[in-house]
Amino acid sequence: MRSVSIIGAGLTKFGELWNMSLRELVAEAGLKAVEDSGVSGEKIEAVYGGTMASGRFIGQEHIGALIADQLGLNPIASTRLEAACASGGVALRNAYLAIGSGVYDVLAVGGVEKMTEVSTEDAGFALGGAGDQETELFFGASFPALYALMAKRHMKEYGTTEEQMAAVSVKNHKNGLHNPYAQYHKEITVEDVMNSGYIATPLKLLDCSPISDGAAVVILASDKFIKENKLDDKAVEIIASAQASDTLALASRKSLTELNATKIASKLAYEQAGIKPKDVSFAELHDCFSIAEIMAIEDLGFVKKGEGGKFTEDGNTAMEGSIPTNTSSGLKAHGHPVGATGVKQAIEAYWQLNGALPKERQLKNPEIGLTHNVGGSGATCVVHLYRKK
Amino acid sequence: MVDASIPIHWRRFDERYRLNGNFCENCSTPYFPARPICPKCRRRGKLVERQMPFTGKIYSCTKVLVGPKGFEFETPYHLAIIELDNKAKILAQVVDSDEAKVKIGAKVKKVFRKIADNDLEGVIAYGYKFKVV
Repeated sequence: MRSVSIIGAGLTKFGELWNMSLRELVAEAGLKAVEDSGVSGEKIEAVYGGTMASGRFIGQEHIGALIADQLGLNPIASTRLEAACASGGVALRNAYLAIGSGVYDVLAVGGVEKMTEVSTEDAGFALGGAGDQETELFFGASFPALYALMAKRHMKEYGTTEEQMAAVSVKNHKNGLHNPYAQYHKEITVEDVMNSGYIATPLKLLDCSPISDGAAVVILASDKFIKENKLDDKAVEIIASAQASDTLALASRKSLTELNATKIASKLAYEQAGIKPKDVSFAELHDCFSIAEIMAIEDLGFVKKGEGGKFTEDGNTAMEGSIPTNTSSGLKAHGHPVGATGVKQAIEAYWQLNGALPKERQLKNPEIGLTHNVGGSGATCVVHLYRKK
Repeated sequence: MVDASIPIHWRRFDERYRLNGNFCENCSTPYFPARPICPKCRRRGKLVERQMPFTGKIYSCTKVLVGPKGFEFETPYHLAIIELDNKAKILAQVVDSDEAKVKIGAKVKKVFRKIADNDLEGVIAYGYKFKVV
């Protein structure tokens, strides 16, 4: 594999963006990314786009072609990839493979979702498609309910508490205060989470990530391209990219307290990069629900299985903790336009490693970043590792 | 539920009415719903149709207070992953039970119930739910 790096990034604000369509979101993020990279648009050889359910959300498929069209990049190849909420991460990985294998030298990778054109019920239904339609949705399972079943089991097996789960949301909202791109800029307390009303016990409204609009684009390039165009300054190398799968239906899994796809993908990624979990300086995690971040820090090897709740409650994943997680504010406070999330995570890593963030959110000399993007209830997981070139 | 057509329901009568799954005779693993390929044995596997036991215990459960589309008028309801007596796991609603008894470890048995009646083609869909015994 050839070395592949991120050389530019563009992000829209995430939120209920009533004034913007999917194509406008893509155009804003794409133009920002191209400008940030300093590469002329004509040099981009192909586009990889991640989106989950644009057909359900806005009645529009063929998003690959739409992105190239709106960015003025026709006639280059442009392909959409779908892996539910991991669509962005999977698009990034496939672009990484395409450059790494030597087919291309410079690519644009986009992630986008426009979720607020439909009612909350219809958005929930579209998201439900990430699970098993015929054995889960049919019987009344929503995504909060599926993660609630995991949370309940985690509480039973390891004594994890609702307050410990609440600590994830509290920490991520705190990080969001200093992120202008985040959907929410509001500090919350454990008490706020505890009083926020159950969606599916034990998960409450403030344990859940919101419905959001947003887009994220990165420009990837090979070493050859970076050298020829003298783009070393800001380049952040992707030092590992791994993906794993699991059963679509939650009931078919051996364990409900781990995502095996996370364990496998991260193990592969650590091996590729030749590092250990303790070498990771910070991680952007897929906290679609608070329990998901607790399971993630365990499955990624930052803490022993079952100890993620206490580890979080004790502040180890806060900005000043031993392994800061979701400095961007995560899915919880940054928002979760599902197809965009995986690419947004890569952008946080790119900015963090370049020291480009506001001081409240900037870590001191981080060396290695990790991003963790999950599809559905864990049937897809993509893990990437990054280091400043 | 999905904007369904009649065949979607018809194809799954054996599964939803009778709890029929399958069983790999090579590795002795029961599967519900039936799998096209045994993931442990793949081509060496020998899958045969097998009815699942109608009893088991709650492996995990949640009370759904905000239901997905099509279930808005049924909330609150209990949803559980049930470990059947043969160790196969199944997701289903738990109904007709004292709420205090719907908890991990509770013994349950299968009942036959209406699942949904909001199908665009007017199909009333039936299937399995469970109740605490």
